[in-house]
Amino acid sequence: MQESRTRNFIGNAREALDDGNLQQALDKMKSGFVERRLEARARLPEFDDIRDQAREIKNHTLANLDYYLERFERKVTEEGGQVHWCATPEDARQAILKICRDLDAKTVTKGKSMIGEEIGLNDFFEENGIEPIETDLGEYIIQLRREAPSHIIAPAIHVLKHQVAEAFYETHDQFDPDRPLEEPRALLDEAREVLRQKFIDADVGITGANFLIAETGTSVIVTNEGNGDLTQTIPKAHVVIASLEKVVPTLEDATTISRVLARSATGQEYSVYTTFSTGPRRPEDPDGPEQYHVILLDNGRSKMVGSEYQEMLRCIRCGACLNHCPVYGSIGGHAYGWVYPGPMGSVLTPSLIGVDEAGHLPNASSFCGRCEEVCPMRIPLPKMMRHLREREFDGKTGPATMRTGIKMWAFYAKRPWLYHALAKLKFRVLGAFGRRKGRFRRLPGGAGWTAHRDFPAPQAGGTFQAQWSARGGKRSVDA
Amino acid sequence: MSESRPHVGLFVTCLVDLFRPSVGFAAVALLERAGCNVAVPAAQTCCGQPAFNSGDRADARAIAAQVIEAFDGFDYIVAPSGSCSGMLSKHYPELFADDPAMRARAEAFAARTHELISFLVDIRGMDAVEAHYDGRVAYHDSCSSLREMKVRAQPRALLDTVAGLAREELAFSETCCGFGGTFCVKYPDISNKMVGDKCDDIAATGADTVLAGDMGCLMNIAGKLKRRGSAIQARHVAEVLAGMTDTPAIGEPEG
Repeated sequence: MQESRTRNFIGNAREALDDGNLQQALDKMKSGFVERRLEARARLPEFDDIRDQAREIKNHTLANLDYYLERFERKVTEEGGQVHWCATPEDARQAILKICRDLDAKTVTKGKSMIGEEIGLNDFFEENGIEPIETDLGEYIIQLRREAPSHIIAPAIHVLKHQVAEAFYETHDQFDPDRPLEEPRALLDEAREVLRQKFIDADVGITGANFLIAETGTSVIVTNEGNGDLTQTIPKAHVVIASLEKVVPTLEDATTISRVLARSATGQEYSVYTTFSTGPRRPEDPDGPEQYHVILLDNGRSKMVGSEYQEMLRCIRCGACLNHCPVYGSIGGHAYGWVYPGPMGSVLTPSLIGVDEAGHLPNASSFCGRCEEVCPMRIPLPKMMRHLREREFDGKTGPATMRTGIKMWAFYAKRPWLYHALAKLKFRVLGAFGRRKGRFRRLPGGAGWTAHRDFPAPQAGGTFQAQWSARGGKRSVDA
Repeated sequence: MSESRPHVGLFVTCLVDLFRPSVGFAAVALLERAGCNVAVPAAQTCCGQPAFNSGDRADARAIAAQVIEAFDGFDYIVAPSGSCSGMLSKHYPELFADDPAMRARAEAFAARTHELISFLVDIRGMDAVEAHYDGRVAYHDSCSSLREMKVRAQPRALLDTVAGLAREELAFSETCCGFGGTFCVKYPDISNKMVGDKCDDIAATGADTVLAGDMGCLMNIAGKLKRRGSAIQARHVAEVLAGMTDTPAIGEPEG
């Protein structure tokens, strides 16, 4: 499993805020995704109704998950493919390795897959002498840079154009070192030229899946570059790596959900390619793989079924919550420290690797609610983050000072008479001190605030409650 | 319900109570002009959100029960804050999910709870105010006003009837200012980036005043503007709508 750096979230965030290139890249994405989604939504008046349908499809599927998964397996087998049930990342890696070994694979092409990240597949391949080649342009770029994706649909969103050129100059030593690589087109053409032969030479092709369809045993990928199709049709084996919540009952269900997927993700009506794969090549097919495998990963998800976090399993990985999140927009994806960044990651990561390890993530939210507002699957992300905070609070695993502070404050908040008596005194003093400047540049114990902001002083004259009493203001309906 | 002159219990909010009582008095004035009988129950402190959002459900429940009790008998509960009214109306019922009797009380309470400006416009039918303010004003939507309480058009409509006032729109009006309650002190660096972006957006409109309906956002934004040495003034929208702007703006010296 990919190693987690989430414990160091605060340090990671600090680094990200100080990284000029990253900040420039994040600035660029501030409005694009948001505007395109709004436009796509406006072009489909029934968008919100489809969101409701999509939610119901997933709720129904999750309530009958065992049934649909077994049905999916049966259909895959009927079509000549094989499903590998993998409880852990290690199970998944071993299953994949066996498929590769049986074919004596030297190189493996890969379409974009977050499960590949979750199980740390590329490092594992390299340790075992197999060369993995990422074929999605963004994934290819970060593979060259030896980085993890920073966004679930735009893995290299943190990389600037000139940094891509640098990576190409450094790695592609078969080309003239003085060639111009300023234009995006030149970068694209070069990547295409390098990758073309890799597609042809690969022994195994690995893709993720946006959907697994139970009634037909089909896996579906949604892409924009066509790399997924070349990855899965040319090699001897096509290996689909997917987590179990990707299953939906019918083809129609998959199309219903895909109507909100691309619109929420990139603002496209549909992505350029939506590819349906059912089993290996049949005798009458002009092309296709000889073997078709589905690696079905659990890795903690089945424990989420029936828990407070079940709704998270509706997630279709569109990335809308990342695109609209002001925290993600400030620090980018790497700071989150594990595979899944942004609001969806702030719920999924602690659910999968534990609230002890990832306790920062659900806390690092201002609860602005925009993620829930844009989520096509209507996942109540803030509510689940709050629930994770409750788990932390009850388990006393969070920072003790915060816990003690809240408890002390609550002691007074639950005793209005004491609270108002103390507030009257304290704020009269604070108001008198702050009156001259109107604000404090420093406050004892308030460095979290005053490191970056002045602290507005209370108005002179005492609290509202004290003034209201002094004026003899009404206190109840009758009086 | 005495609809002719309804009884409104003002939920002052802890920040208005402690930091900016003038907002409470502006709220009372606006509610009275809208034909309401206003009272301020003494047994209120805070809505409980700091506990609720920190995972301290037990204290949040205790505070919620106390607030519901304190406002028993009022036709409406009104707060000059989207955040606190959102807590009262959206989250109190959730807190008593396993207690049917309290849940029913919380739901009835929630149904009577409103954010101040939307109450004036949507419930009391206010469509204009008699106030004067010389300035270019940018209105900041707090996240909870916008998303939980569906407040967007109402303050803009009333502000547009204020004499002398010119209104500007923020380019990123739906983006959080980075306050987020305890978030701003738990993750100060991230919060600072967010409030910095918000202040850039405000400054880019050319406004000389930023208004909002939530003291949390306002203290955050005013604090950042003042730290930057900006001359932009921050006020609660109720002060301008009530014509009560003789007090110094947030973070400005007295006199």
